[in-house]
Amino acid sequence: MKLCRIRRVALLSLLALAALLQAGCHREDAIPWLLTDVTGHMPDLDFRLVDDHGKAVTGQDYRGKVVLLYFGYTHCPDVCPLTLAQLHVVMQRLGPLADGARILFVSVDPARDTPEVMHAYVNAFDPRAVGLSGAPRDIEELSKRYRSAFTREPDQGNGQYEVSHSSAIYIFDRDGKARLLSTPDRSQDDLVHDLHLLLSLGASA
Amino acid sequence: MSLRTARTLPLLLAGILLAAGAHASEAEHVHASQAWIRILPGDLPAGGYVTLENTGDQPTSLRAAHSPSYASIGLHKSSADGGTSRMAMVDSVAIPAHGKAELTPGGYHLMLMKAAAPVKPGDKVKLTLTFGDGSTLDTDFLARPANATDAGDAMPGMEHGH
Repeated sequence: MKLCRIRRVALLSLLALAALLQAGCHREDAIPWLLTDVTGHMPDLDFRLVDDHGKAVTGQDYRGKVVLLYFGYTHCPDVCPLTLAQLHVVMQRLGPLADGARILFVSVDPARDTPEVMHAYVNAFDPRAVGLSGAPRDIEELSKRYRSAFTREPDQGNGQYEVSHSSAIYIFDRDGKARLLSTPDRSQDDLVHDLHLLLSLGASA
Repeated sequence: MSLRTARTLPLLLAGILLAAGAHASEAEHVHASQAWIRILPGDLPAGGYVTLENTGDQPTSLRAAHSPSYASIGLHKSSADGGTSRMAMVDSVAIPAHGKAELTPGGYHLMLMKAAAPVKPGDKVKLTLTFGDGSTLDTDFLARPANATDAGDAMPGMEHGH
């Protein structure tokens, strides 16, 4: 098992090296991305939040992983589960490569989304999904950083309320650099294609 | 014929006519398929989806849904305008004559709140769908795991009359 893993890591490293060499030959800006390339147009992954184990985490904790950042909330019965279910399918299609990626689901409804709720929620979708919550100010700071607005809609009178939120998925490379932007109208094929490329690039550091 | 009978007879006739009218109800022309519910952990609201086909010559609409398994069921529509996801309550979903309405993820859907008892993937949940004329159709919805993307291969939606 362990040997298998070492072999796999070695193989992946080789693949990554090959991809890097290739990238070197063709220059990185020639990578045929299908999603919107935001390289150099959005800030690096940086935040101070609490993960679904209740542990304080920062953007630095996810260096070395390709990150898919998505804002939502657990009381959202339709679009958030749909997006996370689609990301789960994408991760499955990536096979073992997906272990190099993390889905960071950031709650825009920290009042209801405690780490416990988030833990049960993200794990119902994918083992590589992490639920992030935290102080409202810290969440707002992160969402503003990526120009991702969210608004709490009026209470429906029974304590229930909806939250309008950005539907984009922000994709970061292993160095925490913002690279790609995906929207719900993008096909799973596009996501699989680009993540495959991005995961093959490895970290530059 | 007593005065009493003379008075009740028209009522009786009206009753019979009403019953005949109800027989040709909107629900009778609606067929449900791809009926499923996305089950989320804990007591989180679940999304319900179904395809409603209207074989009748008259348009109809889905007005409401009820189930003993959930305290309340709302009719909603998700939209993504300008990159923002929103959800709004709607009064009804139109089902055109000889057409269909598809309640699928990311569009029209039912929002099922507060399950009476925990619902597990694989369970069947009976929902009573109410149409424009007040007629109803009972449909079994298949409970599916959180990360399902559609109704799966099981069940074309079982109907039990009206």
